[in-house]
Amino acid sequence: MSDSHVADHVPGVERAVDLGLTRSEYDRIVELIGREPNEVELAMFSLLWSEHCAYKHSKKVLRRLPTEGERLLLGVGENAGAVEVAGLAVAFKVESHNHPSAVEPFQGAATGVGGILRDVIALGARPVAMLDSLRFGDPSSARSRWLLDRAVAGIGHYGNSIGVPTVGGEIHFDQSYESNCLVNAMCVGIAQPDALMRCAATGVGNRVILFGALTGRDGIGGASVLASAELGDDDADKRPTVQIGDPFAEKKVLETCLELIGSDLLVALQDLGAAGLTSSSAEMAAQGKVGLDLDVGLVPLREADMEPFEIMVSESQERMLAVVEPSKVAAVLEVCEKWEVLAADIGCVTEGDSLRILRDGVEVGNVPVTTLVDDCPLYDLDPQEPPAGLYPPPPADLPEQGDSAETLLALLAGPNLASRTPVFEQYDSIVQARTVRRPDQADAAVLALPVGADGVRPAIAVSIDGNGRRVAANPRVGALESVLECAANLACTGAEALGLTNCLNFGNPEKPHIAGQLVAAVEGIAQGCEALGIPVVGGNVSLYNEGPTGPILPTPVIGMVGEMPDASVTSRSGFAAEGQAVALVGTFEPSLVASELAARRGHAPEGELPAENVEAALAAHAAVREAVRSGAVVTAHDVSEGGLATALAECCALGAVGCKVEIGSISDTALFGEAPGRCFVVAGDVAEIEAIPGAQLIGVTGGNDLVIADRDGDRVVVAVADIRSARDGGLKRYLP
Amino acid sequence: MRIGVVRFPGSCDETDALDACLKVADAELLWHGSTDLGGVDAIVVPGGFSYGDYLRPGAIARFSPVMEAVAHFAAEGGPVLGICNGFQVLCEAGLLPGALLTNNGLRFLCRQTDIVVERPTTPWTAACDAGERLSIPVKHTTGRWYSDPETLKELEANEQIVFRYAPGQNPNGSVGDVAGVCSAAGNVVGLMPHPEHAVDVLTGSADGLKLFSSILSKGAVGV
Repeated sequence: MSDSHVADHVPGVERAVDLGLTRSEYDRIVELIGREPNEVELAMFSLLWSEHCAYKHSKKVLRRLPTEGERLLLGVGENAGAVEVAGLAVAFKVESHNHPSAVEPFQGAATGVGGILRDVIALGARPVAMLDSLRFGDPSSARSRWLLDRAVAGIGHYGNSIGVPTVGGEIHFDQSYESNCLVNAMCVGIAQPDALMRCAATGVGNRVILFGALTGRDGIGGASVLASAELGDDDADKRPTVQIGDPFAEKKVLETCLELIGSDLLVALQDLGAAGLTSSSAEMAAQGKVGLDLDVGLVPLREADMEPFEIMVSESQERMLAVVEPSKVAAVLEVCEKWEVLAADIGCVTEGDSLRILRDGVEVGNVPVTTLVDDCPLYDLDPQEPPAGLYPPPPADLPEQGDSAETLLALLAGPNLASRTPVFEQYDSIVQARTVRRPDQADAAVLALPVGADGVRPAIAVSIDGNGRRVAANPRVGALESVLECAANLACTGAEALGLTNCLNFGNPEKPHIAGQLVAAVEGIAQGCEALGIPVVGGNVSLYNEGPTGPILPTPVIGMVGEMPDASVTSRSGFAAEGQAVALVGTFEPSLVASELAARRGHAPEGELPAENVEAALAAHAAVREAVRSGAVVTAHDVSEGGLATALAECCALGAVGCKVEIGSISDTALFGEAPGRCFVVAGDVAEIEAIPGAQLIGVTGGNDLVIADRDGDRVVVAVADIRSARDGGLKRYLP
Repeated sequence: MRIGVVRFPGSCDETDALDACLKVADAELLWHGSTDLGGVDAIVVPGGFSYGDYLRPGAIARFSPVMEAVAHFAAEGGPVLGICNGFQVLCEAGLLPGALLTNNGLRFLCRQTDIVVERPTTPWTAACDAGERLSIPVKHTTGRWYSDPETLKELEANEQIVFRYAPGQNPNGSVGDVAGVCSAAGNVVGLMPHPEHAVDVLTGSADGLKLFSSILSKGAVGV
């Protein structure tokens, strides 16, 4: 096909519909550019006007989220957000790779990690930590076990090989995720604030350099197409649209980027993610209010006969796009060569608003940047209360009435509460030598920063959390609880939240009840942010998470970064020694609604969640945080899933020591009821524990049993050894 | 005393190893593409995934220009320490006996582990006592050290087994619980555990520092 033919051929509206555009969206494109788009242009529009790139069903809703904060250095709109900690920029962002992982879990999860790493690298930050939030169907299904095993292997493969520690994460199982698993990956990076890189292309005449891996046909329409429609029976056919990751290539790209930025050789930098060259170039041009000329004939290809539209939409991994002053091009190419990274000068910054695509100098596409990036129609949602019975009750495997000790052991042995060690051990959590608290050691991961002028090492704490069951029961309160629980995790280590990133995993927003979940959950997150006084620094929306049996549980995943003054003064989740005072901090009115026990008893996630008292919760957070920072508290663990009995059992198991406590009641509700983010188990020296505001002494550590008694002398007694063996085997048995 | 830390494309632990070395001596990175060792007194071949571990861990790195120089350096008695991927590279290069196979569990495994010093008379263990237990993490997929039974006997007779995992703690199924070995001359040592990730109690343990401080012991250099 000759180039003039490429440029003139008009695929038409039916082809546009095949590519995921609606007829009215196609008409709008024709109206905006004054003609029908050719093949290259249509391919570009279909991707940039997809849900994944344009957020056309969520943008209006997301405006509710607070995006300003005192410590914010970079916010929404850049490749990742960043906050200031101890004079450094801490960049972070969470992103989903759900649909690719449902189709091919190893590569889907691996490239999810690779993609979020590149977002942080593009800022000029060195990635220092990864966290992952995973959701699968019931592990009794072979498919769920396969997805779990391969997704974990994929995350480890990429993170371990590139030398970025995976320091935390969470895994939940629920039947609603059976055909639509969730793989959300969060990356945290560190940079000097004045070296943070923007993505805006500027300077007419500056060159555009593409570097990294070769461009191939892999992943054409991958993330952007997969992420913008419901999964169906023909998913296997979509396997070729899943990208293939190469962590070695990305490791070289990482070092190249940091050296280029460190040597002040770049004007702007952007990673190539979903929609490849199309979205990266359009975003850079739009941010810089300039045009770009790109010659696809200069792009190094894996397959020689690729069409211009294929080159523009390829989602080959491990590629970056940089804008470089002409005088520095040679130096840039030299750094790339040193790291054995392929680089090509493929175009230049132009005046105006045109994204011109050329092949060997001949124009094959020409569209206004603003039309591509800003003119996609935004849709109003039609939010309605989700109907009762939206989520069928899970199969019951525990009786309504049961012996409390047996119930506790059964909960701990269940896949949702069992020890995550068999998964965490597959991740390198210590590379880069700053991990002060590894997974399982504390409620949040603690990462030491360089020694300050005062000789003290400050630190950051990071955590990721979500609870779809509670959001299903009440989207606003459930989402607010997720924010509080994440902040509670940080408080346990002595850290105070500075910013939040979220990944909103929901079903099809064109359905009113899903829209209702989304709008209410965003409201809950916004309320949580406002209460904590922190901004949302960025994030990602993953919609259309529905399978043949219905939508996933609404699953907003919250990632948080907090600061602490001294890395050497923090806590652990486990009891540290015998003879320490055990106390509760925080008001606590738990209920069994949407709890882990309710699910095990076969109850759908429905009912009234306990009323939120955000002020009281934050007072408890502050009390615990200060007590940890002062050294008074050596053990701190928030009471979340599985309730107080589970929290105490976890403290015992992780510390290999028992405890004896007395609480008001040992009813199921008191032992296993949930009200996350509000209450903590703490332990330490008795005089110091008594001095914590709001602390309620309940007992003392010691012995080989967990003993929970009420005031009438009724007791639940469970051997720590039994707790440990229940926890240890609960997830392990589902792994190969 | 100046220690050189080799940097391959795909090395991940080289800066951590450099920082560990800097706690006891001067240290610098050595680029894989150069045969110039810059006159260093000792060399660390660090962990990571050199050249992406393509083909087989260490199989490509052992052909890099810097390894030519390292082989010369070792032949002249210079102290060389290979950690994890570095151990794999040194085995591939024939500078250390045995081979590293996939873990028994077939998976990457990251775990704090106790190892026991069996031979304190190498330049990298001179600060340790025989039988001393060190808490040092492992993190690898291909860490199951293997040799045939005859070779193992020979190595044991020659006192070339430097570290073993503490009883019950072998994370990968290595023959004889071997965690680290040395060359016949004793100047080249390799181990799967990561001493550079055990140089500060803040991040878990400082036991690994002993390997680096050993190099300052009398006679450690120029064995």
